Formats: sequence, structure tokens, C-alpha cells
Amino acid sequence: MSAAKGAPDLVLKATAITRRFGGLVAVNKVDFEIPRGMIAAIIGPNGAGKTTFFNVVAGIYAPTEGHIEINGKRLISPPTGASREPALLLVPLIPFIGLALYFLLVVGGLAGFYEGVLSVVLALLGFVSVLLLTIVRPLWYVRFIKRFGITRPARPNDMVEAGLARTFQNIRLYKSMTVLENILVGAHVHLRSGFLGTIFQTRRTRDEEASVERESRELLAFVGLAGTENEIATSLPYGKQRLLEIARALAGKPQLLLLDEPAAGMNPKETAEMTALIRRIRDEKNITILLIEHDMRVVMGISDRITVLDHGEKIAEGQPAEIRSNPKVIEAYLGRGAASGH
Amino acid sequence: MSTLTARFAPLRARSNAYFAQHRSLGVLVAVITIGVALPLISRIPPFGDLQSMNAWVNAFTIAGIYALLAVGLNVVIGFAGLLDLGYAAFFALGGYTYAIVASPFFDIHLPFWPMLIVGALIGAMFGIFLGAPTLRLRGDYLAIVTLGFGEIVPIVLLNADPFTGGTNGLGGVDKPVIPGILEFTLINPWPFYVLMMVMIALVMTVVFRLQDSRIGRAWDAVREDELAAESSGVNTVISKLQAFAVGAAIAGFVGVFNAAKLTIVAPDQFKFVVSISAVAAVVLGGMGNPVGVAVGAFVIYLVQSIFLKQLNTLVDNFNIPVLQEIDFLEFQYVLYGIVLVLMMLKRPQGIFPAKRRIRIFKDTVGGAK
Repeated sequence: MSAAKGAPDLVLKATAITRRFGGLVAVNKVDFEIPRGMIAAIIGPNGAGKTTFFNVVAGIYAPTEGHIEINGKRLISPPTGASREPALLLVPLIPFIGLALYFLLVVGGLAGFYEGVLSVVLALLGFVSVLLLTIVRPLWYVRFIKRFGITRPARPNDMVEAGLARTFQNIRLYKSMTVLENILVGAHVHLRSGFLGTIFQTRRTRDEEASVERESRELLAFVGLAGTENEIATSLPYGKQRLLEIARALAGKPQLLLLDEPAAGMNPKETAEMTALIRRIRDEKNITILLIEHDMRVVMGISDRITVLDHGEKIAEGQPAEIRSNPKVIEAYLGRGAASGH
Repeated sequence: MSTLTARFAPLRARSNAYFAQHRSLGVLVAVITIGVALPLISRIPPFGDLQSMNAWVNAFTIAGIYALLAVGLNVVIGFAGLLDLGYAAFFALGGYTYAIVASPFFDIHLPFWPMLIVGALIGAMFGIFLGAPTLRLRGDYLAIVTLGFGEIVPIVLLNADPFTGGTNGLGGVDKPVIPGILEFTLINPWPFYVLMMVMIALVMTVVFRLQDSRIGRAWDAVREDELAAESSGVNTVISKLQAFAVGAAIAGFVGVFNAAKLTIVAPDQFKFVVSISAVAAVVLGGMGNPVGVAVGAFVIYLVQSIFLKQLNTLVDNFNIPVLQEIDFLEFQYVLYGIVLVLMMLKRPQGIFPAKRRIRIFKDTVGGAK
């Protein structure tokens, strides 16, 4: 944690993030950086744009302007509405194109509608091309799109691949799945076994499953949920569901963990345990943490740095002691109605 | 009696635990047991009187087709949570794929066995084609669009006369042949029955393996909470397309068998009612449970094709003019309606609700990292 202080090794760098909903500017030109190993917090009154900013970083909303870098990798570009994947326009036509290709090339070729050898060649070509387009599609298509510099706004799963994981304000576990399965889903991005490997249960697939299962059990032990593996996720008490959500996020082996009100609805004892856990995640797993929290005891006690948002703008940033005495922050919290015009 | 069950309880627990670890073996044992036991039904008095053994075996084979359709649809509806009302389209495409390359229509006669795989691939392809435009849709909207595609395909098949023979369809489709050993015939239902059982074992194994893999877990996650799934790193677009593809591949696979068994494919075999019967089977059996939906399909098919038919002959014997005019076979639609409504009201999770798999930790790879 201290090693990161010298070099500007940024886990997250958000530049001039703006997000509008119609006429409402929820987040306005917010610059935000987190050095590796820091526990950073975002606070602000209700409606300050904290959650919107969070969702932009997590890829749920595309920013209207601005872009985001995670581990130095630029994501979310271009902004919404700029250049779209041209292929998207064709999407509604895909079934018809597919049917036409199939009949004209594959069936037509087989039926001998064309001259001699051409018929067979067309049939094979049609079959192979359609097969490539569909079953092998993702890889080829992605490469093709990248070569022409056409990108789409990053989505949450792209963010996870880049090294980010998150929890939700209102717990969103996979309700009917077991505790262990919830965590296994969290590890999804690190698993590679595909259709063939799964269907034939190759050694690689089996090894991968066994090792991910072992890691998941270790994670459960790490957050203190050992022994609940086969219980249905929602049968756990509330506080443990929060822990499970964190464990699920950790399964993605993130470098940056976003926690949306991790201590919401917890009693003082649970809150203290949660605070300790967040510290352990940073210290033992070396994961940078960004959290939104309303409980000021948690925020002041745990954060290395606090950022205050109000009306979608960043009004202050600094260490807990500075924030506590910052007049702008006090105004935002206490004089909300009167000070809205600043 | 109770002491007897008590004595076998530990044995049952042990066998359950064993088959939980070795599911594919479990599928094999179950399919062989059921495959041998089913024809014996025709030796039991009330059933045996209804029709001959061969007719029963034939009925079971066709019921197997419906069971596999339900198992395939269950991947889409039960696993990934995407309501697909146009499932018969893939069944049709599989059947036509085989009929085109193995009938006198074009005078091409490709062998049956590789076409099973090709039919599955074509099915998967169209699953992706038809799935791609619907990815942004959910619930009712998805149902309506898939319903539309389910109607488009038979209409295309009806109108693409030069390829599909139009209304008449393609007749005289080749039956499977094992060169030098066995030729499948219409008179002898047994080879088809055995082949069907093998197909059920194969499909069940594949489905179970997929369900327990990262792919299956991603489907579960997408069904439970799409936003959370994306935030866990699941690419929901790919995951949904995979579900459509697997479901459609199974339908294409069965479609090839169906074409070879009936020796004819025609557009009106693939009407909306086929899709609905598969949905009814999935709802009856229990969404998400492959065994449950297969049993559901079996029950629905047997009730409609055997007991409704028997009802016809039975009522004819009463000599009541009004009743004689009723064709109880038409009541299959009423049957689907009753099944769907009753299940939704009384037991929405189905007769055999899906259960989560219990994982017993066994560190099989030792030191692998």
C-alpha cells in the first residue's frame, strides 16, 4: 500500500466523465483517479450522482462524455451515439439473410442449380461460411471490428475482464443457486473451457473445474462463510449475503473492487466486521477499493482518501480529516436547500 | 415394510451420491433400464389390451421425439430463461436438411448418420440467426418475436417450392441403414426405438454436462439476474446465443430422426402446436430439470395419442350420436390449455422441480494450480 505512493500507478483513471439523462446532468465532468492499493470513498448527499458515477465506472451506463482507463487500458470509447457498430443495423435482417444464404447456396448447390462443379463448391462454401459466421463468429467478428477501429461502449463484462468487480447497493445474488455456484459464476471470466471441452469432459476442463472450485472454497473461508457451500444463496441471513456478494466479486480476481454501500442495513458489530474485511481485502489480496457509503463512521475510519460529490460535481477531495473540516462539504450536507445555487 | 426401506436407505444414499458424481453413467443406466422396461408395459393387462406391442414401441419412439424436443427447449426456457415460442422452426429445419439430401426429390442420397450431426449444426446456426435479433428483448416481447420466427420458417418452407416441394413436402425420405447389418423398415419399430434411446442418452449426457459447466452456470446467472451476471463478467450476448444454439441443435438433431422415421417432411408438421406442446411439456415437467421435462413430454404425448384415441373408440361404442361426432383427438389443444393453466395455478415449478446440485468437495487434481 505504501509502495504505490511514489509511482503514479493508477488502477482507475476517469477523465471528464459526464452523464446526462435527458435534460438532467447526473454527473458533470468528474475527473477521478485511484492509485493502486488505496481505499477510496465517494460520499455526498442523496441524489449527488454517486451511484450514477459508480454505474458509469462499472460499465452499466455509458458516459455521455469522457472515458475511463482501468489498469492503463482505455475503455468506454467512443461516447454513446458517436459511431455505432454498423453490423448492428443488420441485426434484424439476420434471420432472413441466413435463410436466403442457406437456400441459395447450400440447398441450391446441392440441388444442382448451378453448373457442374460450381454447384458443389457453392454448397460447401455456403455451409462453411454460414458456419463460420455463426459458430465461430465472436472471435472473427471481434477481430474484424477492431481492425477497422469500430468499437462499442464497454459493457459491464468488459470491465470485469479489465480487472474490475463490484457489489450492489441492494444485494443481487443469484437467488436459486447455491452459495458455491454464486462464487463459481463470479469466476466466469477466468474459465476457458468451451463447448467441446465440456461435452467431452476433457482433462483440461475437469482440472479447471476442480481448481476453480478449490479457489472458491478458499474465498468462502476468507470472507468467513466456510461450511455454507451448498445452501441456497438467499437462505443466508442478510449480513452473510453481503459477504457472499463480496466473495463473488473477489472470485473475478479484480484489481479494483467497487463496493456500493457495503455496510448498509448492518448492526454495529457487523459493520465493524465489514470494515475489517475491507481492510483485509486490501492488505492480503492487494486489491484497490472504491466504496460508496453513507455510514460516516465507516467512511472516516477506513478511507485513505474521500471524494465528495454534490449535484454531479466533485466539490472536494482529500484525507478524512480535511474533508471533515471542509466548508463546502459541510454546506452541501447541512445547508442543502439554501446552498443549491453554487 | 418400513424396516425393509430402512435397511435399503443407506444403500440408496450411497448410490445417489455415486450417481451425483458420475452423472453420465447414471444417465446410461437409467436409459437402459427405462428402455428395457417400457416395452414390457404392453404385457400388463390394461395397457396391453389397448394396442399391440409394436404399436406401443412405435408410440414410445414418437414420445421420445417429443421428450427430446422438450429437453432442448428446456435449455432455452429452463436454463437461460428465454421464452421461445417458435421452437418447431428448428425441428423443421433439421428435418428438411435431411430430407433435401436424402430423398428422390433432388435424387441425392447422403447417409443418415453424419446428417444427424449436420442437422444439429444447421439447427445451431439457425438458433443463432433467429436468436441474434431478439437479444435485447425479454419476457413477452421475446415470446412474440420468437413466435413470429416460428411462423416464418414453415411459411418459407411452404413457398420455396423448388427447394422444399411446397405443400406436399418431401416424400420418400431415406431410412437409416447400418451397411451390411441392418436396414431400418417401417414395419419393424424396434431399430428406431433403440436408436431413439441412444439419442436420449446422448442428449441427456450433453445437457447434464453443459448444465454443470461454466456455460450452464452463466445461463443460470443470466436467468436469475441479467445485470448481476454481466457484472460478474458473463457476456450475456454470447451466453444467450449459446442457449439458443444448443436448444436449436437438439431440435435439428431430432428433426433429422423425425424425417427419417416418418419418411416425409411437410410444412404442416411444424405448426405452432408443436412449439406449444413442447412448452407445455417443459411447464408440466418442471422448468430447468431435463429429466422432468422429458417425463412431462412423454406423459403429454402418450395421453394425447393413446388415451384420447381410445376415448374415441370407447365413446363410439355408446351409440350416442352427439358424442360420436366429437373427435377427441382434437382435444389435445384443450389438454395443453388445461395443463398450462393447472400447473401455473397449482404448481408453477412443475411436477419435478429443478434441484441444485450438491457439490461434495473432492480434490481430484491434487497439486495442480
